Amino acid sequence: MTTTLRRLSPLLAIAGIALGMTSPAGAEELRIGFISPMTGIFAQIGKDMVNGFQLYLDEHHGKLGGMDVKFIVEDSQGKGDTSVTKAKKLVLQDHVHMFIGGLLASTGYALAPVSNSEKTLYIAPVAAADDLTQRQLSKYPYFFRTGWSSSQPTHALGQWACDQGIKTVVTIAADYAFGYEQVGGFQKAFEDCGGKVVQKIWPPIGTKDFGPYIPSIKRNADAIFSLMVGPMSLQFPKQLRRSGYKKRILGGGTSYDEFVLPFMGDEVIGDVSSLMYSAALETPKNETFVKAYRKKYGKVPSYYSETNYTTAEIIDISIKKAGGKYPGADKFIDIMSGLKLDAVRGPVSFEDRNPIQNIYIKKVEKKKMFGYPKAELWNTVIKTYPNVSQYWTYGKEKFLKQPVYSKDFPRCKFCE
Amino acid sequence: MSSEKIKILVVIAVLLALAYIIPHSTSFVVLLATRALVFAILAMSVDILLGFTGLASLGQAAYFGIGAYLAAIMTTRYHFGLNWDFWLLIFLGMLAGAALAAFFGLFAIRASNVYFLMITLALGQCVWGLAYRWSSLTGGDNGINVPVRPSFGLDLTNERTFFFLVYGFFIVSLLLLYILVRSPFGHSLAGIRERELRMRILGYNTWLHKYIAFVIAGAFGGLAGVLWAFTNGIVSPETVVLTTSVDALLMVVLGGAGTLVGGVVGAAIVFGVREYLSTLVPWWQYVLGGIYVLTILYLPSGLMGIPAHIRQWWIQKSKDKNPKKLASVTS
Repeated sequence: MTTTLRRLSPLLAIAGIALGMTSPAGAEELRIGFISPMTGIFAQIGKDMVNGFQLYLDEHHGKLGGMDVKFIVEDSQGKGDTSVTKAKKLVLQDHVHMFIGGLLASTGYALAPVSNSEKTLYIAPVAAADDLTQRQLSKYPYFFRTGWSSSQPTHALGQWACDQGIKTVVTIAADYAFGYEQVGGFQKAFEDCGGKVVQKIWPPIGTKDFGPYIPSIKRNADAIFSLMVGPMSLQFPKQLRRSGYKKRILGGGTSYDEFVLPFMGDEVIGDVSSLMYSAALETPKNETFVKAYRKKYGKVPSYYSETNYTTAEIIDISIKKAGGKYPGADKFIDIMSGLKLDAVRGPVSFEDRNPIQNIYIKKVEKKKMFGYPKAELWNTVIKTYPNVSQYWTYGKEKFLKQPVYSKDFPRCKFCE
Repeated sequence: MSSEKIKILVVIAVLLALAYIIPHSTSFVVLLATRALVFAILAMSVDILLGFTGLASLGQAAYFGIGAYLAAIMTTRYHFGLNWDFWLLIFLGMLAGAALAAFFGLFAIRASNVYFLMITLALGQCVWGLAYRWSSLTGGDNGINVPVRPSFGLDLTNERTFFFLVYGFFIVSLLLLYILVRSPFGHSLAGIRERELRMRILGYNTWLHKYIAFVIAGAFGGLAGVLWAFTNGIVSPETVVLTTSVDALLMVVLGGAGTLVGGVVGAAIVFGVREYLSTLVPWWQYVLGGIYVLTILYLPSGLMGIPAHIRQWWIQKSKDKNPKKLASVTS
């Protein structure tokens, strides 16, 4: 018996460690949990996200608002279910004051309820699902967004396209909620201004061969609006241009953001997209940020990095305002909601826990910037829509009366 | 004492120990254990097919998914299943799983071996496609949040209480499935696994036997699904995706097919590594991969086969050393 026990003792010890491990809660420490994909197909984006936040921390000697920060990164593996587990781990085991992150809109939906049940602040710098700060705002009182809502930039793009005299547009977008919301925003603003969306195509997310879709695109339309994510972004413009398409291509932010831009060919020059950030933004603050980021991580920051950098800044300022301590979720949200800051992306303030911010219409150009020796692809800002609300110009009440953008809304009135 | 009885006693002892240890560990461990147990039920349902009938199914996520979606839709839309009617919901979930399996079984049971694998995979993907595309019902890609847990005298928002609920369901499932595989019906399934042709010649309707096993597995898949909806708090196409089926299958293979409890061991390891070890070290994927490879290479009968291996090795060693003492060692 004793020998068996002795033989088992290492096992028991391991079990003891595994089961008993809790981190002691320090007094003056701000514990921040960060959930992003570190493995799986979205791992690179996840790294961009962490790097953005980490850069700000490093620049401020690991302190936010005077508090020492314990920054705990958890791998969501790109899955909603795992995100939930990891969020709970952060709250229950690490006793974090807040958790940040989530990439896909679906992850945002998965994580928001965790913030409810655990009464812990959840900040979403990337997950953009419209309704989290619109029709379901009151459902998730501990949810706060420092990034964007999906349709926020495309409302502006729709207006811009219309102002350019574009009359008819074909949309082709990844077939999931984020795609519906970006297309919805574009179509709504574009058609309210007099334009017509004449065809909507929905390739499944992850499509790499657009062969079946490209021939069906109506060639008499003035332009194409594309919303691609990840590897789709690289393939679509290439294959479309190769098919002999000469007209304008517009795109949602993720079709051309700096995460994919360095890997694109010259065929994308002249394409126009919209987002709340461009690495080519010519402000001193952005230039410093781009240079610092590139020096440290060897690449131009994407919006994934910027939004997390800015999130760290927002926390920094808010903690400072709270007197150098974390005042609890409700109070902290109040402080953040009242902030007006000059972020890397431009002026940011908040409305219904979602940023009011500039939306930039960006054109891909090949040029030298910020003193870098080589000509590269940059998203040159050609027009700025200042202080854009998530409700665009419709006003909150009117906007919320319509259903959330989906495959069926707005209806495609001009499709045959 | 026969070795079967010893095995049962060991399993009971381990399960009792779990019931004591888990609630006394950190909340996160309780949470993970709850999740692992739900998947253990799913894995056991796979084991009925793989271990006892010899059918490798890659579509078990379909029944899991239909149970989960049923629970999510009923609770969020109709506020059904949040009270004592939770038990009815459990029953409905099992019924839905069984019904779907009864339908799919008509196509799948005709095939065997790799064709069975392919058909179940295809059918499973159909359910995934429905979950993904039928946005008005399933919420599409975003899925459905299940913000509340049922309450009937017990405070199920407490993770420890909820653990015991899931634990209870797990024990009952284990018991029912154990009775099933020990029954004459279970033995005929084993017969089909070993040699279907002979069973047919002996006069067994092997199609019907396999079909019934398939439906029963579907029912338990549905049960696990309902529990998952409340455990996880969100049901999305990810719940129904192929990975879930593969996970369940791997858990069974890892733990040992044809043992029922092997699924629990597999589930514990997969969740332990993927969800717990991954919070500690970034190289958890190598650990999981290594465990898979080593198990397949050296333990074709799974981790539950380890005691048998050790015993054999022990006997062999004693035999080599001192053939006379053999009798006293084995007793």
